[in-house]
Amino acid sequence: MLGALAALGRFAIFTGQTISHLARPPFYGGAFGQALIQIGYFSLPVVGLTAFFTGGALALQIYSGGARFSAEAVVPQIVAIGMVRELGPVLVGLMIAARVTSSIAAEIATMKVTEQIDALVTLSTHPMKYLTLPRVLAATLMMPLLVAVGDTIGIFGGYLVSTQRLGFNAASYMQNTIDFLEVLDITSSLAKGAVFGFIAAIVGCYYGMTSERGAMGVGRATKGAVVAASVLILAANFFLTEAFFST
Amino acid sequence: MITLSGIHKTFEGNPVLRGVDLTVGRGESMVIIGGSGSGKSVLIKCILGLLTPDIGEITIDGAAMTPKSQTGFLDRFGMLFQGGALFDSLPVWQNVAFRLLRGPQKAQAREIAVAKLAQVGLKADIADRYPSELSGGMQKRVGLARAIAADPEVIFFDEPTTGLDPIMAGVINDLIRNVVTELGVTAITITHDMTSVDTIADKVAMLHDGKIRWTGAKSAMETADDPYLTQFIAGTTDGPIKARW
Repeated sequence: MLGALAALGRFAIFTGQTISHLARPPFYGGAFGQALIQIGYFSLPVVGLTAFFTGGALALQIYSGGARFSAEAVVPQIVAIGMVRELGPVLVGLMIAARVTSSIAAEIATMKVTEQIDALVTLSTHPMKYLTLPRVLAATLMMPLLVAVGDTIGIFGGYLVSTQRLGFNAASYMQNTIDFLEVLDITSSLAKGAVFGFIAAIVGCYYGMTSERGAMGVGRATKGAVVAASVLILAANFFLTEAFFST
Repeated sequence: MITLSGIHKTFEGNPVLRGVDLTVGRGESMVIIGGSGSGKSVLIKCILGLLTPDIGEITIDGAAMTPKSQTGFLDRFGMLFQGGALFDSLPVWQNVAFRLLRGPQKAQAREIAVAKLAQVGLKADIADRYPSELSGGMQKRVGLARAIAADPEVIFFDEPTTGLDPIMAGVINDLIRNVVTELGVTAITITHDMTSVDTIADKVAMLHDGKIRWTGAKSAMETADDPYLTQFIAGTTDGPIKARW
């Protein structure tokens, strides 16, 4: 119990230190730009594919489930709300945890093992400014965009399945989707994206920076980072949903 | 001048440094020798500020090394790491010019990097390669070029010949000696390679059991009557130093 609290405290201090570097120069624009591309652009294929198939499967499930009480017509509305409020941000968050958190943790842990972090210090460069802050900032800014892309492609997946397999009219499907979504659905989705992006990157950086020596240390850091980020994203999703939609 | 006074450092109850006192004069090449696990790397990391001593003081030209003053001192230091510690994600020239790219010499950074590579015997055509495309010896040379890129006043060398064949080790030793002589810098090298000691050192200090056991001019080593030093130089198992299994 004490050990868990101590670990939580170390993580909180690490997070606080990272945020504090936002206000203190220098800012490494090149590292930030690279992180934007790595986290944002290169995540688009996995985000798109995940969202597309999930949207399609969701449409099939709602159609067959809704048929039990003659509610097949609600497919466009439920796909839209399901993707935007919940599945879009959560699935994109988990995909980013798998792809980005693991990559950040492994890269930084390897840098630690091979003394590259020490080398940064001897070159008068603060590792948190050069490695942590650009990644955390990039993930926090890019995730809402990725979630927006995921939501859109997910709805498109549902639209394709519904119109091509389930016999829905294309124009009325789109109209139902647009009419049903509210601004709060979209803002909550994007806000969740930003929080999940922050969690994914900060957890990866923390586990990388605190990894033990050797190949086993890198492996443990990577595994621990993905597990912790996934659990934290799901927990944060619950609390954010509670905050946005509890009546 | 770098002065270490009563440096102690303990890790999880295991004392590694037990009161190290050492002075390195300006422009001097000091080589610290000692067996594996004797605390040489810990000592050099304490001087660089990568580790904070539990007790004791490190001063550089009379000013104390503290976490606050660390950055100012690091601007005057260069460091060659045992494994090179080159940044995998950057090409060779950006590794060499890493500090320059973040300072007023940014515009000339590549030109200076290529000149420093030439100084360590590397051709300009490797400037755009990545560290993983280089041999161990070339990586050491790039690390040396990076250490001297910003014309430091003090250079640290951590086991500079470890993992290299004898010929490449000789090349690196000669390069270090030339760099130290040409630039007139203060150099602190840690090694257990006596060939490196012969080539690089002006003065030698032997670290044993967390303390400086012997220190003096390189020329005085052969005639020193310290049994620990004598055994270390001879490389025998008979003597006061017990092999660690």
